[in-house]
Amino acid sequence: MSKGQLPRWVDYGVLPALNLLAAFIISGLVVIVIGEDPFEAVKWLVWGALGYGEGIGYTLYYATNFIFTGLAVAVAFHAGLFNIGGEGQVYLGGLGIGLVCLALDRYVPWWVTFPCAIIGGALFGAAWAFIPGYLQAKRGSHIVITTIMFNFIASALMVYLLSNILIPQGTMSPSSRTFEAGGQLPLLRNVFTSFDFGQSPVNLAFFLALAVCGVVWLLIWHTKLGYEIRSFGANPDASAYAGISPVRVTVITMLISGALAGLMGINVVMGEQTRLLLDFAGGAGFVGVAVALMGRGHPIGIILASMLFGLLYQGGAELAFEIPTISRDMIVVIQALVILFAGALEHMFRPAVAAFFNRFSSSTAEA
Amino acid sequence: MGSVRCFSWGRGNAFETVYFESRHAIDTQVNDLIDQKGRATVAESNVPAIELIGVSKSFGPVQANKDIDLVVGKGSIHGIIGENGAGKSTLMSILYGFYHADSGTIKIDDKTTTIPDSKSAIAQGIGMVHQHFMLVDTFTVLENVILGAEGGALLKDGVANARSELKRLADEYDMTIDPDAVVGDLPVGSQQRVEILKALYRGADILILDEPTGVLTPSEADHLFRILRVLRDQGKTVLLITHKLREIMNVTDMVSVMRRGEMVASRKTAETSMEGLAELMVGRSVLLEVDKPEVEVGKPLLKVEGLNVKDDRGVLRVKDVSFKVRAGEVLGIAGVSGNGQSELLAALSGITRAESGKMELSGEKLDLSKAHDAAEMRTMGMSHVPEDRHRMGLVNKFTEYENSILGYHREPKYSKGMFLSKDAIRKEAKERIEKYDIRPPTPDMTVAKFSGGNQQKIVLAREIECDPDVLLIGQPTRGVDIGAIEYIHNRIMDMRAQGKAVLLVSVELEEIRSLSDRIIVMFDGNVVGERGPEATEQDLGLLMAGVNQEAENDHELPV
Amino acid sequence: MLDTIILILDSTLRLSTPLLFACLAGLFSERAGVVNIGLEGKILGAAFAAGAAAYVFQSPWIGLLAGIMVSVMLALVHGYASISQRGNQVVSGVAINFLAAGLTVLLGQAWFSQGGRTPALSPQNRFQSITLPFADTLANVPVLGPIYANLISGHNILVYASFAAVPLTWWIVFRTRFGLRLRAVGENPSAADTAGLSVTLLRYRATIICGVLCGFSGVYLSVAQGAGFIKDMSAGKGFIALAALIFAKWKPVNAMFTCLLFGFLDALAIRLQGQEIPGIGEVPVQVFQALPYVLTVVLLAGFIGRAIPPKASGIPYVKERT
Repeated sequence: MSKGQLPRWVDYGVLPALNLLAAFIISGLVVIVIGEDPFEAVKWLVWGALGYGEGIGYTLYYATNFIFTGLAVAVAFHAGLFNIGGEGQVYLGGLGIGLVCLALDRYVPWWVTFPCAIIGGALFGAAWAFIPGYLQAKRGSHIVITTIMFNFIASALMVYLLSNILIPQGTMSPSSRTFEAGGQLPLLRNVFTSFDFGQSPVNLAFFLALAVCGVVWLLIWHTKLGYEIRSFGANPDASAYAGISPVRVTVITMLISGALAGLMGINVVMGEQTRLLLDFAGGAGFVGVAVALMGRGHPIGIILASMLFGLLYQGGAELAFEIPTISRDMIVVIQALVILFAGALEHMFRPAVAAFFNRFSSSTAEA
Repeated sequence: MGSVRCFSWGRGNAFETVYFESRHAIDTQVNDLIDQKGRATVAESNVPAIELIGVSKSFGPVQANKDIDLVVGKGSIHGIIGENGAGKSTLMSILYGFYHADSGTIKIDDKTTTIPDSKSAIAQGIGMVHQHFMLVDTFTVLENVILGAEGGALLKDGVANARSELKRLADEYDMTIDPDAVVGDLPVGSQQRVEILKALYRGADILILDEPTGVLTPSEADHLFRILRVLRDQGKTVLLITHKLREIMNVTDMVSVMRRGEMVASRKTAETSMEGLAELMVGRSVLLEVDKPEVEVGKPLLKVEGLNVKDDRGVLRVKDVSFKVRAGEVLGIAGVSGNGQSELLAALSGITRAESGKMELSGEKLDLSKAHDAAEMRTMGMSHVPEDRHRMGLVNKFTEYENSILGYHREPKYSKGMFLSKDAIRKEAKERIEKYDIRPPTPDMTVAKFSGGNQQKIVLAREIECDPDVLLIGQPTRGVDIGAIEYIHNRIMDMRAQGKAVLLVSVELEEIRSLSDRIIVMFDGNVVGERGPEATEQDLGLLMAGVNQEAENDHELPV
Repeated sequence: MLDTIILILDSTLRLSTPLLFACLAGLFSERAGVVNIGLEGKILGAAFAAGAAAYVFQSPWIGLLAGIMVSVMLALVHGYASISQRGNQVVSGVAINFLAAGLTVLLGQAWFSQGGRTPALSPQNRFQSITLPFADTLANVPVLGPIYANLISGHNILVYASFAAVPLTWWIVFRTRFGLRLRAVGENPSAADTAGLSVTLLRYRATIICGVLCGFSGVYLSVAQGAGFIKDMSAGKGFIALAALIFAKWKPVNAMFTCLLFGFLDALAIRLQGQEIPGIGEVPVQVFQALPYVLTVVLLAGFIGRAIPPKASGIPYVKERT
């Protein structure tokens, strides 16, 4: 295998960059097909995301979502589990957060609700991931399929709850009532008044996401549990030999993964919408797969990848506004291409890059 | 071409007879010609069926085959022997078109040829029985046999023909098999016969068998050898790849020895001895000199009683096994691999759950039919060097220091609360690297980059330095270079001298004999006999084949 | 009563058709060892291409052709990633789904400016219902007459095609050389390789067939059942088909019954919306929507039988170094 060995900076820097570049080039071609100028598009995209305070605020807001779902997918990856059910776990986590907010918002200030909501979201998200994890560990049902099924079951459940149970009397739209101040997370525009975040919904959940990144980093690389998770993911036989219970690791990892996904609701439900509504997950669970892949399972990588996707989401909205023929769906296309090139085709450029570096390194060795 | 040949196979006996006779005549003529020229390389056989000249193959920096010359006579059984990793399988994969040689010439039937893929190998009359069977478990025997040579776009076109052809082949070569049985349900011996039939059905004249007896019981192996002899007598050429000397002596006409990617010798089997071949294989005297001082034997530290273990397919692999290992004693478990040793180790070390059985470990009684895990056994003073370090003993992606605590990561000295104390772990890893002379001395390097011997030392250091009462050790020197072998053997002797109980499982008889104080032999899951280290190789060999001469008069053992 | 039953069964057939095409598509792919999470995306892509082409060229047949072409192209992307590049098949499938979801609406908006829809198709540009011979004359025969005239007759050609595809699939998979080889690469690709077969080629062929069948499924949605493409019109059908495939234990005839069952649940949900079931009361429509997924999870967990996938599915084939 030494032929494929590359310096770490190539593995973690050059290759992902090349994959990303390929995704962007194809996206550019799509823009050309539509009959627009890709460079013009990039200009609007970047400006929309980073060019002014409100754009930056939105970029950070979206990135917050992806950090949570990216971490969820990454933690499961470390145990060799493919949790594609982030979407459902986000949804259910949001329910937990929503219920906490609905119960407390009239009686206590937000900083009391906040930790309770974190617990509620984590618990509900974890519970939704528990069943697929348990079924995989105990009954051998494939976690990819079960988590996909659970996404749909979550969706049906939430539609039912929102349109029959949580809907306030006399309204037609399937959503809960808006939380009062005690269930609203402070927006950064109200906290850091010196910076102009415009009307962007970026809120305290952003710092929660960063803190959670630190927690995950500690968990995976510095705790006994993390050691067990990584052993199990890298070599299940060796971990059985080491006395690590596969059932325990699978279930605990899925609980953690589901809890991380569940926390995304803090940003959307408690931070932005301040109510529980349909489809608030909006595909973020799947973006988490792309983020985890691009970030190579490391919290720093995940933050960077989340920022990139946040940028695309916000920039894409601006782009659609400036060039109406390029609708927001362009972002979905770019996202698909990033998943394709950074995920499924991640090894495509490896042989060529390896050949290049081998020649380079051998020629320097001679000299 | 393969399909044409297949077709001719189906023509019936009249054609066959003519075919064989005429070919025999040609062979004789050619033989005469060669004799006149004085180039005859092999006595019984005539025209070489296979000739390799200067074949080399590298995988990256590893040279698996170095300038190999080989002549295999037609209508002979030719053995290729060598230690694990000597390059035998690579060479055969080149012959079967799985790999491409970097350089060299291949001649089949005296014609220079290339074998770009398996399809081409089949077309040139080469069939291969792989070490891991290439069978589709959910298919029937018939479906497996015709796969790739179906004889038409619709299955029904070929099936009837194949059925009668299969019956004919099975009869001719003394292989009874139900064509409609699902392969996954068959015992391994029968599965192997399906593999042979597959090759013959495709019209193979040259049959390569890669370590065919590794998974067979001795009686199944004997059956296989009978089949091989029949094949040879019918004019087929058989290449037998193995690392077992007994098989070479038993069944081959010629033998070639490989060592570290090179072909070191070719001999007529009748003119060589096991000792001679063994020396050629390892390039040193095989009688391992181990310093084995007198040690006072203490009380039993490990007692096992009535152990029964099933594998994941529900087959009983360990049958009512009982033994004791005392302090200061090495108990060797000999046997052909696959006779229950792996399952025994897995059950004792807590990895799998036994059907029934009691264990007493350092005075504590355990019911092995209850759930235990490896961590529990470790805390009770048992450590375990597994048979397969890559699959079990190490996490290849992890660094050296991370591997140095595998299984012991919950020990208080490695952690503070829920966190690992990485400094303490690294520091200890460095000490062990020094003590065990592990190279390169870099605890932060991923373990996959270490050589086999050093990897084994990493495992050994971990399992010995935890100061266990009982050490289970499986195949301690598999895939390990000679220098490391000696080191590992000495460490095992140190454990013995310190009054530990060591249970040693190895398929290398020499290793067992030179290290053990007592030897028990496992056959088909049973302990079939116990001997002292002075037992002869022949005596142990018979036991390993399931024949207990001492007990033979009392009752019959299964053969 | 009979009329109600016939009505529900009739809509069951129509709702099962896209599932059945997609389910058989998945069957070919997974039997060859390529896991296909991307059925959904291929259906969506085909639906859009068919809707657009049928409108532009004023022909359902050209729509069919375009739909199949686009679906096969997406299938080839999946094939390239998972067969040639040995990438993660689940990840590739996710990418295909997003790609289709994004591109269809993006291009639809750019080309037709109707919010991602394609323009509504006039009846002659869609596949229309076919009245089977004697359907009208036999309609008055008690019981059998209405069944023939209203349930069996009166569907468009794609409905019949989907049911004809079931025995055809069975025959190909279990009675032809190609089927034998296909199953072999899905169970043990090394066995096929050493038998002189190209695992790559076989898997590509299976992937292309998967694309063609997904194409039919998508075309049905936009040019037969519907009258043009609507954003996200596949609405999870690819995933229900995947569930059906598992539920059917990767067998064609089982697949038909499972798709009929799932189609029936859907028909029932529509029928019973807002209605009370005697003795039970009003059952939320979401129960029916979730039922296929719940059933699949229960099956996968081994509580009702055991679903064992082809052994090599999801695993890229790499020649092993012995």
